[in-house]
Amino acid sequence: MDIPESLEEIQKKIKNGECTLVQICKEYIQRINLSENNAFIEVFEEEALEKAQKIQSKISANNAGILAGMFIGIKDNICYKNHQVTASSKILNGFESKFSATAVKKILNEDGIIIGRLNCDEFAMGSSNEKSFYGPVKNPCDSKKVPGGSSGGSAAAIAEKLCTATLGSDTGGSVRQPASFCGVIGYKPTYGRVSRNGLIAYGSSFDQIGVFAKTVQDTNLISHVISGADKYDSTVATKETHKKDIQSLQKKIKIGIPEEYLNFDNLDLEIKNRLLNIVENLKSKGHEIELLKFPYIDYIVPTYYVLSTAEASSNLSRYDGAHFGFRSTEANDIESTYENTRSEGFGMEVKRRIMLGNFVLSSGYYDAYFTKAQKVRRMIADKTTQMLQNNDVLLFPTTPTTAFNIGEIKDPVTMYLQDIFTVHANIVGLPAISLPIGQHSNKMPFGVQLMTNKFKEEKLFEISQFMMETFYKK
Amino acid sequence: MKINKDVISKLARLSKLKFNDDESKLISNDLSKMLKFINQLNDLETKDIDPLIHMNEELNNWREDEIDDVLSQAEALTNSPVKDGTYFKLPKVLDKS
Repeated sequence: MDIPESLEEIQKKIKNGECTLVQICKEYIQRINLSENNAFIEVFEEEALEKAQKIQSKISANNAGILAGMFIGIKDNICYKNHQVTASSKILNGFESKFSATAVKKILNEDGIIIGRLNCDEFAMGSSNEKSFYGPVKNPCDSKKVPGGSSGGSAAAIAEKLCTATLGSDTGGSVRQPASFCGVIGYKPTYGRVSRNGLIAYGSSFDQIGVFAKTVQDTNLISHVISGADKYDSTVATKETHKKDIQSLQKKIKIGIPEEYLNFDNLDLEIKNRLLNIVENLKSKGHEIELLKFPYIDYIVPTYYVLSTAEASSNLSRYDGAHFGFRSTEANDIESTYENTRSEGFGMEVKRRIMLGNFVLSSGYYDAYFTKAQKVRRMIADKTTQMLQNNDVLLFPTTPTTAFNIGEIKDPVTMYLQDIFTVHANIVGLPAISLPIGQHSNKMPFGVQLMTNKFKEEKLFEISQFMMETFYKK
Repeated sequence: MKINKDVISKLARLSKLKFNDDESKLISNDLSKMLKFINQLNDLETKDIDPLIHMNEELNNWREDEIDDVLSQAEALTNSPVKDGTYFKLPKVLDKS
């Protein structure tokens, strides 16, 4: 059975009586069960079918929510009441959440169906989805390649059409980078736009729940639903959420391009040329392009790794084997309960980051590293605000290359540099989106990124829609 | 700052982690690389810059301290690795000897 890529078309098909929601649900479940890419960790089969039946009746009675017809997979670090959630880590093996994340509740309220949970790098730490307790995810475009990470399962599931949309989380690029590698849309909201209640914490001043989908409309719609005030997250903005519908572009746009990003040494030449070609096309249509200086390119990833590991080392101290999750069998007293549980329960990458985090926070080094990075964070934020003063968006690549081979990158610092173009938005707290408008001669897709000012989601989706109409090739 | 065995064992103690000799070497090597990487920040003059600490623009979203979404005792215990009736069970904390 053919399932359309957008919710609008799915709803049309259902209204016309061409198919039922139960049929669509069964088709997705079958696809998931047949898939060999390891994107889904668990399918909520029975309850998805049950909900499909109920929501079908609501559609027939014309009283369904705005997400009726949508099947959504959630990254394995987002809580769903009475369902397992493990952050793809042994330390949470078997853990069942006792509440739903606010984003999940909002989706359920609008009749979206949560179809299952998706593989990711352990505690969302990684850029390749190779560091999961459940094994690596394969890129649906080429099974020898990584899907990117950390939300690799969420990106791969959309590329393989295993559901209509997915939620991921983006701390340093974990939604946009895999979106680029898998050829789908990946969007990170403004920091504080979406409640983090029920998102397993990694770096609390960076984390945001993000969206993967095939169309800008669906991305916009889910963002509209999950955004907004929440009494369970004191960092969430109380500002009104953006509109349900995307306005069509009325005026010429002003686009800024950070020159250093375009001239980055390790940027693949074809990706650079595609960007230049897009820029030329936009110019010819009368849009304004401005080349900008961004002198901090070498400092964004170091700043990110100081601050995010510091926050992670603190956030992950709760995994102590005492009250929930895994406990080592070698737990004989309080110290051995902590040490053995954590040493057996965490993978190497998580341990590396906890160690670095504790180093930059330890006495004697706190000011030299942690405070220093917070100061650089301010410099980057101020410079970026200035770059966006006269521009609607900044445009640059999402990733320096297309997806690399599974097992290819072993050095942690080389892996961290995969985030070179994506961490910028997290450091400043800005909304950004990766659009699948690049195709490499090596047959792999790549994304182009748009970033704008805080809470300018409406503008971002408006321009994204225009960019997809102009540059996306199926 | 050089990462040696003492630094690793101090950090491991702070992190409540244990490493065998091979892991120690690996983590020591990785941390040295990571430190070299983050040391690049020293190129920048930050003397008169205020650290950026809070990412949200709004200050203090207050709410009433009301009870809701209560977990029963049984529910709160479902994820405990070892329990004893209505308690979380842990290995003894104090050693008499």
